[in-house]
Parts: sequence; structure tokens; C-alpha cells
Amino acid sequence: MNRSLNLFAGIIGSFALSCYALVLLPKSQLGTLPPQTAEDEGKIVDIYPVKNVGVEAGRAVYKAEGCFYCHSQQIRDEQNGTDLERGWGVRRTVARDYIFEKAPVLGSMRLGPDLANVGSPKWRNEQVEEHPKYKPARRDAAWHLLHLYAPRTIIKDSNMPPYRYLFKTVKIGQAPADDALALTGPDAPKAGYQVVPTERAKQLVAYLMSLDRSHPLKEVKGSAPEVAAK
Amino acid sequence: MTAAALAPTPTTAAPAPAAPSAAQVQAAERAAIDAAASGPVLFFLGNAILWLLLATVLGFISSVQLHSPGFLAHCPIFTYGRILPAYNNALGYGWAALSGMGVAIWLLARLCRVQIKWPGVLVTGAIFWQVGLTLGIVQILGGKSTGVEGLEIPGSAAVLMLIGYMLVGLWGALIFGYRRQAPAYISVWYLVAALFWFPWSFGLAHLSLALPSVTGVVQSLIAAWAAQNFLHVFLTAIGLATAYYLIPKVIDRPVHSYHLASTGFWAFILFAGLTGAVRLSGGPLPAWLVTLSIAATILLIVQIVTVSANLLLTMDGQYHMVYHSPTIRFTVFGAIAFTIAGVVGLLASLRSVDRVLHFTLFQSAQTHMLLYAFFSMVMFGAIYYILPRLVGCEWLSSTMITWHFYGAAYGGGMLIILLAISGIASGSALADGEAIFSQIITDGQVYYLGATLAWVLIALGHAIFAFHFLLMLFRIGQPGGEPTLFAPIGEEKH
Repeated sequence: MNRSLNLFAGIIGSFALSCYALVLLPKSQLGTLPPQTAEDEGKIVDIYPVKNVGVEAGRAVYKAEGCFYCHSQQIRDEQNGTDLERGWGVRRTVARDYIFEKAPVLGSMRLGPDLANVGSPKWRNEQVEEHPKYKPARRDAAWHLLHLYAPRTIIKDSNMPPYRYLFKTVKIGQAPADDALALTGPDAPKAGYQVVPTERAKQLVAYLMSLDRSHPLKEVKGSAPEVAAK
Repeated sequence: MTAAALAPTPTTAAPAPAAPSAAQVQAAERAAIDAAASGPVLFFLGNAILWLLLATVLGFISSVQLHSPGFLAHCPIFTYGRILPAYNNALGYGWAALSGMGVAIWLLARLCRVQIKWPGVLVTGAIFWQVGLTLGIVQILGGKSTGVEGLEIPGSAAVLMLIGYMLVGLWGALIFGYRRQAPAYISVWYLVAALFWFPWSFGLAHLSLALPSVTGVVQSLIAAWAAQNFLHVFLTAIGLATAYYLIPKVIDRPVHSYHLASTGFWAFILFAGLTGAVRLSGGPLPAWLVTLSIAATILLIVQIVTVSANLLLTMDGQYHMVYHSPTIRFTVFGAIAFTIAGVVGLLASLRSVDRVLHFTLFQSAQTHMLLYAFFSMVMFGAIYYILPRLVGCEWLSSTMITWHFYGAAYGGGMLIILLAISGIASGSALADGEAIFSQIITDGQVYYLGATLAWVLIALGHAIFAFHFLLMLFRIGQPGGEPTLFAPIGEEKH
């Protein structure tokens, strides 16, 4: 009986230790992390990150379609890879970046680029075989929609599946819709028709465009020498 | 020292050098235990194989999509981002968990010398588990997943799985409680640990998803912790328990060292549960967490070395058995894969290596090393051993077993090696910040194509295995008594 007691004590103790070290302790350390504040005319205000409930629907699409199985949303520092050099971010991401997200989509695989800052104006455009007629200065909504519909028309080597089911092909009315895709060649719909995004596609793109974790944070060295955040 | 004091004595798995009458009594007892266990164990194993077939199809599709992204992409339920989690869940919670639970129940009944009563409870548990899992996978394919890696199954379905598991776990605890064999053999330790750990880890992780107070990277950490516990504690413990049982049993000699076995067990139980944060290495977490998990991964080498040495030394001089016994061939393959996976896991956890291999298919290679090359192969070995004892006839064809082995070993091995090389290649290429990302990924095309070929081999092996299993269910096989061997013992193949 004594031996069974030792066995049980060992098993329960080891689980308690594991749970304490990897769940409870991190929860108590990180669970109450506040947003970064700044003093604005004597008042302390939260500046970053901000809750963005407007893009929750798009975030749900991102999760439902499993985008995070190929795209991470975490920037590692210089010691841990070339994320910064690659132009995916201006600083590494830290726990504070995700405090308002229920189950952040950090991702564990990169079969596509990191998207932590894909909505930031500083996110680098890879200059490879871009769409001949369509070279925006930055990745705007139209770029994202086109890329979702037919990735290889924009990035020749893209390994991303085309998400055509997020779009519908409809007859052109009096005039083409504002958000009709600028498709050419084999991807173009037949004459008199146009490809327009569904609500889910628009939500997804709105979410992608909202992704910007480049705001300086005090705990990330060198991210913001000019910001006197306290 | 506690570990030494707890070392089991070599009674259980040792050959029984008793008088013929005693041996007959033991044989009759074993037959009675097997008869009592046969209903639920066959139910678990049969269903596990159905999940294995489903996982094979899903794994194949997801592999094709790596080199042909347009494959089935027009259909939402077949898109890569839904197929991949469906595959992971079907393989992990379908095939691996169900076969693991079935084998665990049988091992516990055998090792505790208990005839299972009320087998319907176990069957009910398996039904609840599978109803939950089916609902979960349907919701994943329907775009209703939780969106948390490793915990994709929505809470309502996970609750059904947990209820089902509780019935199985309770029965496992009762078998242990009513054991007529003391002290407990090393396999029993691993099984008790596995059965205890899983529901807490799985339950807490799903609970955390439902709690509004758990947000941010803590949630990612809990998901990583639960996924690691499932693979590195629950399944690994069942796999090792099975290997510790089968190898001594088939070659008919006791485990080489009980002290090694006990040292390994305590190292395992202490360190394995602390390794979860390596999955988020380099990520937005406090550095101490990742450091802790790396340290635990390194210390786990104590278990890997002791278990590997123990199993291999037990086999010493008996390696020719891999030519004869299907059970030994699969199980020893699994044991060696366990060693390799452990060493590779240690090396890959080091920051300097992780920096290159994180976010690459090398991670997938590591998972498959443990889940397929180790765990699944040991389960195949166990099924080849257990089934004849449950249905009363021996496997029909050693050729079919041979083909299953080739499919699983060469297919699985090829898949793992290709994923690993592809991960190393893309990881190294990404170290050049100027290199174009999409080109690096596309440069892996040859590996992705090879991986699909490997999947074809795996699928052939699984199809043959499933067919063979089906024949056994209909009692189509060799007459009972002598096991079906690749070659008769005494005739060496070279």
C-alpha cells in the first residue's frame, strides 16, 4: 500500500508542479498586465494596445479558415531569426501586445509570412513578380482581396490556396461594383460578370488591415527611444 | 532513495518457471482475464483503426495541398486550414487516444490480474468520446473550431469527450484498486500516471478557453502545455508501458533492470510535464518560462537514456526476434524511434537550433516521430499481440503483416525524414534576411511531393492492416495457439 501511496503522491505532485509552473504562475504574472499608459496633460491614459471590437468578426474568419496554421503573428528579435530584417515588424512582440485578445493566434508554423503587422504601413512588400497592372504602394484592401482570391496573380511563388469561396461571381449591373476584383487572364470571370467579395472576405481583410503591433513599448529595448512612456 | 525503494520486483513480466500445473492455472486465469476484457478492448481498437483510416485520408489531402495549394481549395470544408486540424485531431484523439486507451485497459487487466466487470461502461465511455470527437471534427471542418492550436474542438464536444474519458479512467482506477498482483509492474506505473494526467490537463485547458479572465499569451501557453501533456505525457506513457510489457513478454525474459526502469519513470513524471513552453520558444513570453521548459527537456534525457538502455539491453542477444515476431518488430522499431525522438527533441529545443527550426516543418517531423514512429508503431505491435488472445485465432497472413510494416516503417520514416530536411532547408534559407520568403517555401516542393508519396505508402500499409484486422474480427485466421511469425524461429533471415 505504501508503494502505491508513493506512486500516487509522485503523480499528483508532478502534475501540481507542472500546472503551477506553466499555468498558474504565468497566469498570475501575465494575467493582469495592463496596457501601456502615457501622461496626457496630467491625465494617465491607456495608449496601447487598444481593444478593437470592430474586427472581431474578421478575426473569427481568420480562425475558422485556419490561417494561423501557416501564418504566425509573433515577431522574434534579432537573436531569434530574421523577422525584423525581413520587414515583418519594427520590434519583437511581447506579452503586452496580446492582452486584449482571447486566445491569440500566435501560430507555430510559417508556410506563409508572419502577419503580426501586416496592416502596418511599414510592413514590407516583397518585390517579386507583383501583379503587372496592380502595384500598390502598400497592401490595401483591394490588394488583400485580390490576393485572397488568386494569390499567384500577385505573388508568383505563392503557396497559399485560393479562397474563392469567400467571393461570388455576379452579373455586372449598370456599372461594376466598387469592390469588384481587378482580375486578368485566366482568373477573370466571363464577360458581363464580376467577382465581388462576400461579407466574410471583407471582414477578414478588415481584420488583416487592423494588424499593427509596431507601437513602441517600454519593455522592448530600442523600439522607441523617442517615446517617454512610463 | 525513493526510486530504488519503489522498484518493482521482477515477478510480473518474468517467465513463469513454475510447475506445469501452476502454469496451466496461470494460463487459464489469463484466458479468463482476456475473455472479460475482449468486448471493450476490441471496441476501442476497432474504432481506433477507423479513425486511423480517416486520419490517413485527411493527412494525405493535407500533404497534397502542400505542393498543390489549389487541391480541393474551392470547397470550404477541404481547405488546408480546416483539413490540417481535422487530421491532427483524428490522428491524436481518434486513433492514438482510442488505441492507447484500449491497450491500456487490456494491459491493466492483465498486469493487475483483474477480470473486468461491467464492460458496458467502457464501451459507453468510448462512445461518448467518439461522439464528442466526431462533433468536434465536423465543427472544425465546418469552420466552427475554437481557433486555438491543439484545442480546436469546441467546448461542448470536448465535454462529451471528457465524460467518456472519465468512465474509462474510472474503470482503469478500479482495475488498479482491485489488483491481485503486488507490487505493481513498471508498465502499471506509467499507465496510472497517463490515466491520471490526461483529464486534468485536457479539462483545465478547455476550461481556460471558457473563462473570460484567461486572455492573451497565457491562453497560448495553456494550449501548448495541454498539447505537450497529451503527446509527451499521456501518449508517451502509454507507449512506454506497452513497450515495457511486450518486449519482455515476447522474448520471454524479465526487464533488464528494475532500477533503471524506476529511475526513468521518476525522471519522466517530474520533467515531462514541464516541457510545454518549448513550443513557444522565442515567442512573446517571459524568458524564464521557455528556459524552464528547455531545462526540463534537457533533464528528460535521464529518462530517454534509462528507458532506451533498459529496453535495448532487455533485447540484447534476442535481436533476431525482429525477423520472427511481428510484435517485436513493430515494438522495437517504436522503442528506437522513441530514443531518436527524444534526442532530436533535446537538440531542437536548444535556442540556437530552435531559432532556425521553429516555424518550419521540422516541428511536424518531430510530432510524427513521437506520435507515429514511436507511439503508433508500438500500438501496432500491441494489436498484433493482443488480438489473437481476444478473438481466439491467429493472424491470417504474415505477408500482410510484412506489407503493413513496410508501409508504416518506410512510409512513416520517409515522411519524417522529408519533413525534417525540408524544415532544416527552409529554416537555414530564412537565416538570410534578404532571401525571398515565398521562394524558400516553394523550393521545398520536392520534399512536399516526396511526403505525398510517403503518404501513399502509409495509406497502403494502413489499408492492409485494417483489412487484416477485419478478418480477425470475423475469426478468419490461422488456428489459435502458435503466433503468426514472419519466419519460424531458428531459421535466420539475412
